Parts: sequence; structure tokens; C-alpha cells
Amino acid sequence: MTAKKVRVLVAKPGLDGHDRGAKVVARGLRDAGFEVIYTGLHQTPEQVAEAALQEDVDVVGLSILSGAHMTLVPKIKDLLKSNGMGDVLLVVGGIIPEDDAEELVKSGSADQVFNPGEPLDNITEYISGKFYK
Amino acid sequence: MQQLVAELLDGNRRAAARLISLVENDDPQKRELLKDIYPHTGKAYVIGITGAPGSGKSSLVDWLLKLIRKDGLTVGVIAVDPTSPFSGGAILGDRIRMQDHALDQDIFIRSMGTRGSLGGLSRATREAIQVLDAFGKDIILIETVGVGQSEVDIVKTADSTLVVLTPAGGDSVQTIKAGIMEIADIFAINKADLPGAERTTTEINLMLDMKNSEPWRPPVIQTVSVSNEGIEELWQALQKHREHMENSGRLLEIRRERVKRELTEQVEYLVKTKIWDEVKENLEFDDLVENIVHRRQDPYSTSADLLAQINFYDRGPGEGD
Repeated sequence: MTAKKVRVLVAKPGLDGHDRGAKVVARGLRDAGFEVIYTGLHQTPEQVAEAALQEDVDVVGLSILSGAHMTLVPKIKDLLKSNGMGDVLLVVGGIIPEDDAEELVKSGSADQVFNPGEPLDNITEYISGKFYK
Repeated sequence: MQQLVAELLDGNRRAAARLISLVENDDPQKRELLKDIYPHTGKAYVIGITGAPGSGKSSLVDWLLKLIRKDGLTVGVIAVDPTSPFSGGAILGDRIRMQDHALDQDIFIRSMGTRGSLGGLSRATREAIQVLDAFGKDIILIETVGVGQSEVDIVKTADSTLVVLTPAGGDSVQTIKAGIMEIADIFAINKADLPGAERTTTEINLMLDMKNSEPWRPPVIQTVSVSNEGIEELWQALQKHREHMENSGRLLEIRRERVKRELTEQVEYLVKTKIWDEVKENLEFDDLVENIVHRRQDPYSTSADLLAQINFYDRGPGEGD
């Protein structure tokens, strides 16, 4: 019998069209044994939350390079909450200024923010640490 | 748990999603849950879509979703992608093409990794179908992993099977090979704007006309999913096949076969579980393994002895010593 698989939604909300980073992270998560649901570009917060619900994921990973993170992340967190998925781990990657990252985590919108240059292993180990003790 | 099934029957999407996870993760209560769900199944019509990687299955599903919804029907989609045999991880990317429908409350899309299953479906596809069936979806579309020649489990699971091919798939001998070419109720030649589409279509048609005794002759339909060509025709063909299955009694026949297989599997599962529980509880299994490794015993008479000791198996004449 296999252990429960951790499912991760990797989504790109908003308008920027750069998904290289999201794909690299998705691939890294795959190699670390996660089931990654990749939803592609230009997702609205509603689409992200609905995909998270239908796919019953444990983690939502958002990649945002557009600068709209202070709007998008709290919105998605709220939608997840109203779907009864407030306990889903929410991690953000992209170009997020330090102050904003701090604010997102402090306000409870995001659990963790990763910036460019973060080693892939740190990301997979962070998520693994939350589910596999 | 009972609560979860009640919520499912009530149309709660979160409950549907949770239940699919529970059956997929082999939850200890899986059989109990499926038992409660079963009386509410049997209404959905299941359509399988299979074909090589990148042949356009997801894009065709996306277009079909539009037409199915236009007809006022509700839909569940199960999209399967491969699980890595090395890491156990997976990239489930079929949803990308279907995200336009994410907010349609009458469409429910679920991605699944194969998790070790080799026939083109995931281990729990059948159980997930039952959940979506009880959930009240009229049509359930199953998109298999990208297949080669012989991953044909879909034909045992779907009521209609659509095989998606692309132009320039090899010479005419490929069309008469066993496996995937035999399972289609409908062929779609997708990317039909590419060179070779006419030839591929002709070759498939030639193959199909080699025998004409079958009551259903699969149509071959050219489609171009990037520009929405041939999709209406494809949906009509699927509906026509469904009519054929229903009116000819063939649907009942294949569903009976399916139940037969399911019942057999469940009996085998119970027998297996029971035997192993007993064997592990009562017998020194590891000692026996050692004996066989050192050739003091052989696996054939030892297995028969094992079962004889737990009263599960009457040793027939000629077996053992």
C-alpha cells in the first residue's frame, strides 16, 4: 500500500505570460514525488480556487511575476477559505519585494514566499516537511 | 463518512473531490463508501478518449465539453497522466486545455496519476467514475494517458471509445495491427490540416472495410482542434454510437460483462485478503521462504500445504506429496 500522495496545484494567476519558473518548480516537485496539477497561464483567482477544490489538493503554489501579488494572493486565500479549504498550504513564488512577502505571510494569506534564486531543493523540502515527518 | 456520501448525492463538489481522493488513496473505508455510493450509479454514459501523447485528446475534450453543455447535459471528466516510475510523482497537465470550463458548475474535472497502473488508466479510475456517476453527471469523459499500441484498458471501462490519431502514423500495416486499432468505436484523425490526413483516413477506412460483419462500423472523422473543425460531427457520431449501443442491447451486454469482472475481482480481493491475514497470523512465512531459498522445500507443494493448513483449499489429488 502506498502512502498518501501529496497533490500540488501549480497555477499562474494574473496577466503575466512567463511560465518558465512555474514549469521548473512543477518539474522539481514531480521529481520529489508530488502529484502536480499544472493549470497553465492567465488564471483568475476563481479558476485557481475551483481547480484546487475539484482536484482536492493539499498545496497551492502560485507563480506571480506581474506585481499584482498583494491583490491576487489574499483573494485566492479568501476563495479557498470559503470553499472550506483554508488549511491548504499556500506558497507563492515570483518577483515579490521583501516587505510584501513579509506582509503576505504575516496577514496569513501565504504560508511561504520564495523568490528568484531559491534552490529547488529548499522548495521541495519545505513542502515535504509539512506533510512527511 | 456517511455524511460525505450524503453531501455527494446532494451535489456538493467538495464532497465529490474528497471522495475521489479517499478511493484513490485506498482509504480503509473505501469499500464501505463505494458500497453506499453503488445504488446511485449506473445512470452516466461513459466515453473514453485515447490516443498517442500530444495527439490532441485534451483539446478535443475541451471542444466536446462545449457541445455537451450546449445540449444541456452535465459532465464529469477524468484525465489521466503518467506517474513517474522513479519518483512516484506526476505532472497532471490535461486541465490546461480545459480551464475555460473551470467555473461551470455542471462540469467537474479531475486529474489522476496512473500510480503504477499500466493499461492507460489510473488505478482508481473505475472508482472515480462511480463517484461522478452518483454525483449525477450525465456524461463522463475519460481521457487516458498518451498511449502506444497496447494500453487498451479503456475499452473495458467506457461505453464508447474514441481513438484519436494524427496524420502520418506509419504505413497501412500499422492499421491492421492488434491493440489500439481494434478498440475504436469512432476514429478521430486530429490535426487533419497537416499533410497526410487524407492518406491516414483512407488507410483506416480500408482497414475497417476488410470486415463488414460487425453491426457497428466505426466512422472516421477528420478534426482540427485548433480551429474547431469536425467537432460537431464527432459529437454527433458519439451520440449515434450511444443510440446504437442502447438500441441493440449491446450496452447492457458490456455492462453485464463489466459487472462480472468486477464481482470476480472483488471475490478475489476478499479471498486474497483473508488468506494473507490468516497466513501472516498463524504461520512462519519467513521460515518457509528460507527453506525454499535453500532448496529444502519447493514453492509448489509449500503453497498447497499453506492453504491446506488454513482450511481454505482442498488439496487436489496429485498435488503435494
